[in-house]
Amino acid sequence: MSDAEVTREGLRGERPGREARLGSGVDRDAGTPQPRRRKRGEHPFSSYYGQPIINPPVWEEREIGGYLFTGGLAGASSILAAGAQFTGRPVSARASKLTAAGAIAVSLTALVKDLGRPARFMNMLRVVKPSSPMSVGVWILAGYTPLAFASAASELAGIAPRAGRAAGLGAGLLGAGVASYTAALIADTAVPAWHGAHRELPFLFVGSAAGAGAGAALLAAPLAENGPARRLGVAGALVELGFGQLMERRLGMVAEALHQGTPGRRLRIARGLTAVGAGLAALAAGRSRPAAAAAGAALVTGSLLTRLGIFAAGVASAQDPRFTVVPQRERLARERGGPTAGPSGSSD
Amino acid sequence: MSAGWTEVKLVPDGQNAAADVGYADPPPRVGFFTDTSICIGCKACEVACKEWNHVPEDGLNWLGDSFDNTGGLSADSWRHVAFVEQRVPAAGHDASVQREGEEGAGAGDGFRWLMASDVCKHCTHAACLDVCPTGSLFRTEFGTVVVQADICNGCGYCVPACPYGVLNKREDDGRIFKCTLCYDRLGNGQEPACAKACPTESIQFGELEELRTRADGRLALLHEAGVSEARLYGHDPGDGVGGDGAFFLLLDEPEVYGLPPDPVVTTRDLPAMWRRVGLAATGLLAAGAAAFIGSGRGR
Repeated sequence: MSDAEVTREGLRGERPGREARLGSGVDRDAGTPQPRRRKRGEHPFSSYYGQPIINPPVWEEREIGGYLFTGGLAGASSILAAGAQFTGRPVSARASKLTAAGAIAVSLTALVKDLGRPARFMNMLRVVKPSSPMSVGVWILAGYTPLAFASAASELAGIAPRAGRAAGLGAGLLGAGVASYTAALIADTAVPAWHGAHRELPFLFVGSAAGAGAGAALLAAPLAENGPARRLGVAGALVELGFGQLMERRLGMVAEALHQGTPGRRLRIARGLTAVGAGLAALAAGRSRPAAAAAGAALVTGSLLTRLGIFAAGVASAQDPRFTVVPQRERLARERGGPTAGPSGSSD
Repeated sequence: MSAGWTEVKLVPDGQNAAADVGYADPPPRVGFFTDTSICIGCKACEVACKEWNHVPEDGLNWLGDSFDNTGGLSADSWRHVAFVEQRVPAAGHDASVQREGEEGAGAGDGFRWLMASDVCKHCTHAACLDVCPTGSLFRTEFGTVVVQADICNGCGYCVPACPYGVLNKREDDGRIFKCTLCYDRLGNGQEPACAKACPTESIQFGELEELRTRADGRLALLHEAGVSEARLYGHDPGDGVGGDGAFFLLLDEPEVYGLPPDPVVTTRDLPAMWRRVGLAATGLLAAGAAAFIGSGRGR
C-alpha cells in the first residue's frame, strides 16, 4: 500500500519501491518451464473455464432481431411507395405507405421497449455521434418517421395530397438509410460473426430489405401494378443470397456459428424461402394472383428469418470463446509470419 | 470536468487520451499496472471496490471454478480475481501438494496457480465510448473512461462493443455499470480503492508512463530469473486499442485468463462500414428506381 496522492500536476507523495522479491518458489537456475500440452484439434485454443471473452449482446431477440427486419421492411416499402405514387400505381402505393408506417411504428416501440430505461429514450437526442451507428440511426429515424407517418396519414385521410407526395418522396430517400444503417449497427461491435462480416452485411441487409418490401407489395398489389415489386424482389433476393455466400467465405471458422443450431436452421429455411420467392416472382407472379401472393409471403418470411438467423448467430458467436480467440490467434500468426501459435510457450 | 475545451484532434496519437478529446492541459494520464506474478488471490481488491463504490452483491454462487466464485467482470463486479490451476512441468514449483500415486506426479511435474485481478482496461481507443449514443460514456481528464449513470438509458450498445467483455447491464436497474478507476477518489487526490487495498502491490496505480517503465523493468527481472513465460499485456500503444490504461504482467497466454489475445477497437473499421452502407443505400435507391423505369404506367 502506498501513500500516493493524485493532484492535477501529477502524483505526489511517497511511492515506495514496488519490486516484489522473487519468492523461494522460483528457481533461478532451473531454466524455462516447458509449454503445456494443449488439447489437439483443428483449432487449439485455451479459455478461462470455457467462459465467453466478450459479453454477448443484452438486446432481446424479439425486439432488436425483429427490428432488423421491420426497419428493412419499412425502408424498402417507402422506396416502393414513392415509385408507385409517381408512376400511377395507386393501390400498391397505398399498400406500401401503410406497410412502411406500420413497420416503423412497431420498430420504434421495440427499440424503446428494449432500453434498460425506456423513459430515458430522449437521451438519444442529446448528441450526434458519427462514431456511433446507433446515434446515426436515431437521427435517420427522427427524420424518416414523421415523413412516413405523414405520407400514410395523407393517403388514408385523403388530405393534403401534394404535401403527402412530398413526404412520401422524402420517406423513400431516407428509407434507404433506415434499411442499410442497421448493418453498421451490429457490425460495429466485437461480436465475431457480426464484425467479421462488416464488409458484406450492408449489401446483405439492403437485399433482405428489398425482398421484404417487395414481398409485402406483392401480397397487396393487383397484377396490373406489381411489375416493379417483382423486379425489386428478385434483385433483392439475388443480392441477399449472393452476399450471404460471400459472408460465409469471409468469416472462415466463425461461419460455424451460422451453421449450428437455431441460427443454422433459420438461415437454411430463409435461403430456401428467398430462392422460392424469387423464382415465383420472376416466373409466375406477373400472371397469377395466388402465385404473386405466395412469392410475397415467401420473400417476407425469408427476410424475417435471415435477420433473426444473423442475430442469433451473432449471439452464439459471442457466447463461445473459440470464435473470439481463434481468429485473433490466426491474425497474430499471420502478422508475425510464424506458423499457428502465439507468443512464447504457446506452440503445440 | 473543469478543463476547458479545444479543437478535437482528428487523428489521436494515443499518448494522451485526455488531450486527444479536447482537454486543455490535462493532468498526466493514470492507470493500473497489475503484476499477476505477485497476486495471491486474496480478493481484497474486489471487496475494496465493492465497499467504496457501493457495488451491489452479484449472486452468492459456488461456481466450481477453483476459488473463483465471482465469475467475471460485470455490472456488479468491477474487479475480478481469476484463479487458474495448471498441472505443468514447472521448474521449481513445489509439487508436494500432490498425493502419492496421483497421475502426473512424476519428477519435474508441478502444479501452479495463476491468479490475476482483472479490471476495465480504460482503452486509449475505447469502443464503448465511441458507440455510446447518449454521450453517457466519456473520457475524463485523467484519460480514463467513465459511465455517467444519470445519462445512461441502458441501450446496451457498449456491452457487445467492448472487446474485453467488461461492460454489462445491471438487470434490476437497466443501466450499464463498470469500473470508474475511482474517478471520485482521483478527484480528491486519492488512489483507487483496489490499488490502495492490494497487500502485495500486485495492483499498482500511477501515471501510465511511469507504470510502463516500471513494468518493463519487472519483466526484465523475471526473464533474468528464468520466468520466461512472463509477458506484458495491453502495454503497447501500437496495439489494436492504442494501449490499455490498465495493463498486466501475465504468466501465460491472455486467453488462459479470459482475455482476448489481440483485441481491436471495432470502430477502427467503422469508416469502411459507413462507405459500404452508403454504397448499399445508393444501390437500393438505384434498384428501386430501375424497377419502375421502362415498365410504363400501370404495369
